[in-house]
Amino acid sequence: MGSHGIKDRVAIVGMGCTRFTEHWDKGVDELLLAATGEAFASAGVTKEQVDAYWLGTAQSGMSGLTLSRPLRLKDKPVTRVENYCATGSEALRQAAYAVASGAYDVAMAVGVEKVKDSGYQGLNAFPIPNDGTQRTLTAAAMFSMVAPAYGRKYGVSDTEMRTVLARIASKNHANGARNPRAQFRKEMSVERLCAMPAVAGGLSVFDCAGVADGAAAALVVRAEDAHRYTDDPLLIKALSFVAGDGSGLTDPSYDYTTFPEVAASARDAYAQAGIADPAGELAMAEVHDCFTPTELVLLEDLGLAERGTAWKGVLDGVYDLDGALPVNPDGGLKSFGHPVGASGLRMMFEAWLQLRGEAPGERRISTFGDRSLALTHNLGGYPGEMVSFVAILGTP
Amino acid sequence: MMRRMRGILSWGGYLPHRRLDRRAIAGIAGKGGGGGTRTVASYDEDAVTLGVAAARLALRHAPAAPASLWFATTDPPYLDKTNATTVHAALRLDRETPAYDAVGSVRSAAGALRAALASDGPALVVAGDLRGGLPGGADEAAGGDGGSALLVGGADAGPVLAELCAVASATEEFTDRWRVPGEAASRLWEERFGETRYTALGVEAVKVALGRAGVAAAEVGALAVAGLHARASAAVAARSGVPAEHVVDRLEGTVGVTGAAHPGLLLASALEDAASAPAGRVIVLLVLSDGADAFVFRTTGALAAHHVADAVAAQAARGVSVDYGTYLAWRGMLPVEPPRRPEPARPSSSAAARNAAWKYGFTGSRGDDGVVRMPPSPLDATPALMADARGTIVTFTVDRLAYSPSPPVVFAVVDFDGGGRLPIELTDVAPDDVAIGGRVEPVFRRLFTADGIHNYFWKARPVRDGEG
Repeated sequence: MGSHGIKDRVAIVGMGCTRFTEHWDKGVDELLLAATGEAFASAGVTKEQVDAYWLGTAQSGMSGLTLSRPLRLKDKPVTRVENYCATGSEALRQAAYAVASGAYDVAMAVGVEKVKDSGYQGLNAFPIPNDGTQRTLTAAAMFSMVAPAYGRKYGVSDTEMRTVLARIASKNHANGARNPRAQFRKEMSVERLCAMPAVAGGLSVFDCAGVADGAAAALVVRAEDAHRYTDDPLLIKALSFVAGDGSGLTDPSYDYTTFPEVAASARDAYAQAGIADPAGELAMAEVHDCFTPTELVLLEDLGLAERGTAWKGVLDGVYDLDGALPVNPDGGLKSFGHPVGASGLRMMFEAWLQLRGEAPGERRISTFGDRSLALTHNLGGYPGEMVSFVAILGTP
Repeated sequence: MMRRMRGILSWGGYLPHRRLDRRAIAGIAGKGGGGGTRTVASYDEDAVTLGVAAARLALRHAPAAPASLWFATTDPPYLDKTNATTVHAALRLDRETPAYDAVGSVRSAAGALRAALASDGPALVVAGDLRGGLPGGADEAAGGDGGSALLVGGADAGPVLAELCAVASATEEFTDRWRVPGEAASRLWEERFGETRYTALGVEAVKVALGRAGVAAAEVGALAVAGLHARASAAVAARSGVPAEHVVDRLEGTVGVTGAAHPGLLLASALEDAASAPAGRVIVLLVLSDGADAFVFRTTGALAAHHVADAVAAQAARGVSVDYGTYLAWRGMLPVEPPRRPEPARPSSSAAARNAAWKYGFTGSRGDDGVVRMPPSPLDATPALMADARGTIVTFTVDRLAYSPSPPVVFAVVDFDGGGRLPIELTDVAPDDVAIGGRVEPVFRRLFTADGIHNYFWKARPVRDGEG
């Protein structure tokens, strides 16, 4: 038994990503065609040259037909996957393992979500018949409980915490403002963010991820074949995934200041990739900032900051675009938007652009040229019951 | 006729947390109102949950489990489907204990009590009611919301606290008050007509019952008159021959008349008052509804030692005010803009039936590892009964985005005494009053209604009875 990973055995050779926004004039089909078309073009392949497809969508369609129909794929294995908000990452994980196994030469992972057709704000889960005893709380409210718990444990006052969270949102808005594919392209000052009315616990709507439609896609091949498609592939260094047992919700020792599933998946990923000092080795990290306190805790669970110190790093600008370790340089869920099934692949798309030097100068990470590893982290669920995905990607 | 001694074994009265100041009515409705307050059920309470709350108080210090259950109301959440089975499930009563509805008029409650007193074994008579009327009307101001529960039985089941001495009824057909099913308010004939009829019926029933009990009216220690006709209730009491100072406060000034729950509530109130008096007090309960039913009880020496879970008088003295607009919205009299969130789906009947112990009985599980799990795990063999466990708020949040019939949702992570943690919705609470470390207790509520199915489950509310 063991989690061995597939370090350096699989390469990403092409990617595509739509703008994440309210695509009132585009449906799932159009979004899928746009993202896959860009990915095909970037690797110089046709859809026929791809041997197998994995489509991640949380609730915008069922089965592989959601992809095979609009792309007019003939006689191809197409699998729809779902793993909460980590759905897009799961699609890539399956495609990468399929290629690594030797079963296929070329595989594509696609993620898509059309969330703005529901008629309601926010994300609304498709109801599964149940006994009526399920929690009705929003994700915002569940994650809002993290902020006061963290503050109490580490002696951060409510006012300081408000500033820390606003600083995270402000950073991600600043990054999104420089990114033409992001949903929100407007800078927001800490002062303005602090003045927003609370809607869930102490969180305002500006502490929450943008709700957007979008799609992203990646083509993977065995690393030794990568040169046939591109001169500068990204190598997969680690893929880890943990589904928690949900005990955090009912475990009296759980204190809402950490996500154990994330810490476990990070440990596994760093072991696969051979990373000993993530804060010192990573060039950037894309983390699942569904809410601002989530990003704060993730910095610690992912080992990018010591326990109880991430809030200071946030205030000191460590994770800014020009900081020591840029986090969410593309704007993150906060500013880039969060079409559930696409977000995991969107994070990899940013690593694809940044590590390969394709991000334009005005939004290039400070570490470019010095470091060559990127982390993407994607979670789904709530404090106490979540799934967590961590990938490490790097240039050869 | 000789028969085994039978009477009251335990009781519970329940008043909801909110009070409407009747002076607030006229300013909005243009008329109506008056002085004093009336109780107001929360948006998540109905006749069933009010009854369950009273029954849980009655059973907290009861000497025996009920062998049968009666549920009376004028405001049944369901027709065709029995409401008493929900009460049965929430109380975790034995499968062999039958549960019957007595539904429609206030007299249903008198009938249920009479049937229970005549039956074998301990019988639980539960009543819950929400009374109101159209805005500005007399019924709106005079009504109240509440629950009551009486456990009756013989000495074999436990000490009888008040022995039944006699019963008498007078039945007559006349149309004083009526309501077509589905209508929000009763309609009434001229007040004097009902007053005349009820006064005669009540006086007659009391006289016959006291005659059968061999008690003179002057010897009655407490006369409780429950009925929707206020003037008749007062008139009967005045003409009964019972000394005026022995007429039980009908709670009109603080609670309002709680319909089918009122007979049990007034009897509970009289018993609580008699507990500190010498044994042998004669208590007469008279119900005026399409006739008159009189029950004569005599308190026993066991009454003084009976532990009352949360006295009616103590609950009447608590409570916080609710504004008239909120009251109207909760009653469906003022349609307010719903939250812009998808309405919840109806609960699955098969899933609810499968998980009835959890959903209705708040029963979790305890594993071999000692861990309490809620909802229960199929891997655990031991049930964990959580309904009577109190707990402490570990952390909480106020959700202004989630769907609720009355936003915002206040939610807390609660650690229960004796083990077990659950993130659970709070109720009967203002967001600003919630604090970490606060003590809460589980309460059975109606979360929402979808496709006509009432979704019952448990919430938690702050402990207010002084027992921590």
